[in-house]
Amino acid sequence: MSIELRHVSKRFGSVSAVEDVSLTVADGELVALLGPSGGGKTTVLRMIAGLEVPTSGDLLVRGERVNDVPVQKRNIGFVFQSYALFKTMSVFDNVAFGLKIRNTPPAEMQARVDELLKLFGLDGLGRRLPHQLSGGQRQRVAIARALAPRPSVLLLDEPFGAVDAKIRQELREWLVRLHRELHVTTIFVTHDQEEAMEVSNRIVIFSRGRLEQIGSPRDVYEQPKNEFVARFIGVLNVLELTVRGGAARLNELSFPSHGVAEGETLRIGFRPYAVQISSNLQEHPHSAVIRHVYFLGVQLRLELETPSGLILRTRIVKDEFLRQGLEQGSSVSFQIREYRVLSTGANNLSPEVATVHSAANFAEGI
Amino acid sequence: MAHGIPKGPQVAMNSKSRRGIEEPEFIRKVLIGIAVGFVGVFLLLPLANVFAQAFAKGWSAYIQSLQQPDTRSAVLLTLLVSAICVPLNLVFGVIAAWAVAKFQFRGKALLITLIDLPFSVSPVVSGLIYVVMFGAQGYLGPWLDSKDIQIIFAVPGIVLATLFVTFPFVARELIPLMEAQGSDAEQAALTLGATGWQTFRYVTLPSVKWGLLYGVILCNARAMGEFGAVSVVSGHISGVTETLPLRIEKLHQEYQSVGAFSAASLLAILALITLGLKTWLERRQAAEQALGQYDSLSSHEH
Repeated sequence: MSIELRHVSKRFGSVSAVEDVSLTVADGELVALLGPSGGGKTTVLRMIAGLEVPTSGDLLVRGERVNDVPVQKRNIGFVFQSYALFKTMSVFDNVAFGLKIRNTPPAEMQARVDELLKLFGLDGLGRRLPHQLSGGQRQRVAIARALAPRPSVLLLDEPFGAVDAKIRQELREWLVRLHRELHVTTIFVTHDQEEAMEVSNRIVIFSRGRLEQIGSPRDVYEQPKNEFVARFIGVLNVLELTVRGGAARLNELSFPSHGVAEGETLRIGFRPYAVQISSNLQEHPHSAVIRHVYFLGVQLRLELETPSGLILRTRIVKDEFLRQGLEQGSSVSFQIREYRVLSTGANNLSPEVATVHSAANFAEGI
Repeated sequence: MAHGIPKGPQVAMNSKSRRGIEEPEFIRKVLIGIAVGFVGVFLLLPLANVFAQAFAKGWSAYIQSLQQPDTRSAVLLTLLVSAICVPLNLVFGVIAAWAVAKFQFRGKALLITLIDLPFSVSPVVSGLIYVVMFGAQGYLGPWLDSKDIQIIFAVPGIVLATLFVTFPFVARELIPLMEAQGSDAEQAALTLGATGWQTFRYVTLPSVKWGLLYGVILCNARAMGEFGAVSVVSGHISGVTETLPLRIEKLHQEYQSVGAFSAASLLAILALITLGLKTWLERRQAAEQALGQYDSLSSHEH
């Protein structure tokens, strides 16, 4: 079911929670609303559900305005961060609740609940009370309960926030599989960029009540519209340069001035993967020492320190790291293959200057 | 250790930090002794004495004194008053707790303070308020008189005074409980299509039932035992407007000690039952709340 927000704003008293947000979610999509806490993403989700009413703007479902349709009539499934299971009811009664309210015939209800419990790996737990379940099981009960009346949209508020890291990983994969099987339009809220990248088809990024960017995980990672998005999605090295003698410089590093006047400043950013290192000190133009090694599994994250004390973060595959005989404290040479101009002088980033500059440009600047 | 702190087995078993705050043995004994002694002398002894006096002239005298027509009618009136007041305050308490816990509105803090008013006002004053309102010389007195409605020195006055003093019990019990539970479960019910009433009936009520029962029991105990406010509005007409506490006082003043203490023993039994139920419910509630904490990080696998 398609959902559209047109210039939607929400104020709580004098506090503006959501400002002028417009977005469209197509039928069957799996969309993440991502942003730091207080960014307004949960408010957007609650407005779609009908638990909050927009202060201004229109909310459309299949092209029809639903601002004034009460929550009961919206046919949505909502999964709360706290799960909000009915603690006095058994698992079966929790899942059956929405069907009971709709006066579903008992036989049909029994069949639907059994089907869901089976699908969610909860068969045999129907008579348990919520407090007798593990965190992951409770979460699945909450989702099963929301899906039982066959809602046209599934909304999840921080669905993986309250479980520990191991179960969270399982639940993510499970949610992706579930979405593939049921194909119900799904919108979930998260503050974890990794989670958003891994699970969703599209990411909507919020900060301070405003929509910053909408795009596929790859889009927002590779083409961030602004510094906030670039910093929020993944690790970003940011350098503030000053133009002196026709080049933008910071300590021993220098870059093209990009048309910025003498004495003005320029901010650039680059991903860890753009920093290339070698144990051969002649191979790249700059030198640094590996200050710290973080093991992430197949990949390692390295913290480099240049002779003047600049800290840069980079990534390297473990095999490559070992092949080159590197370790903490090793001296290396490095180059920055590509970077992005984030802002010039007082200007914020504009799309025109947001293009990636390759190492070729960079070499010119040296 | 160096400061003469005892190293009994109990201390040794506690964590290190306990040792530093452990009191010397004799202080512990003195404090416990004072507390137990005080309860014994001022609470247990009088309670035992009530029963001793009631049965001073034997079982049959006890039964006989309870069967006096005026005492019997006092018991019936007390039951009638609490049968009216408890349900009304139950309904009011639930509505007030719901309003306070689930909604944000102007004057909410004032409402909470006002709910507590009967706790802080002397019951005699509460009684006098009704006399001023409805008495023969009161604001509404002449009008009520012309309609031939009697409130003061009649059963309606007793009900009103009792309503007033027992008004906070249910609400006070439910407000913190409902606030702690938040409204996520109710909102979940709404998203599943439930109406407001269905949400209340199936979700809210079951989750507060023990707290509600607890409030009702306390409310009932107070309704049956109230003396001051009722005394002011009742008029003490034997067999007509005398509740059990008023009856006890009258018998006592007439030097009918067996009669007074027999009737008093009924209230004492009510107190003991209330205490027992209260303890049981508190345990029940504590257990349920401990189980209700399942949203914390302590997720146990099965």
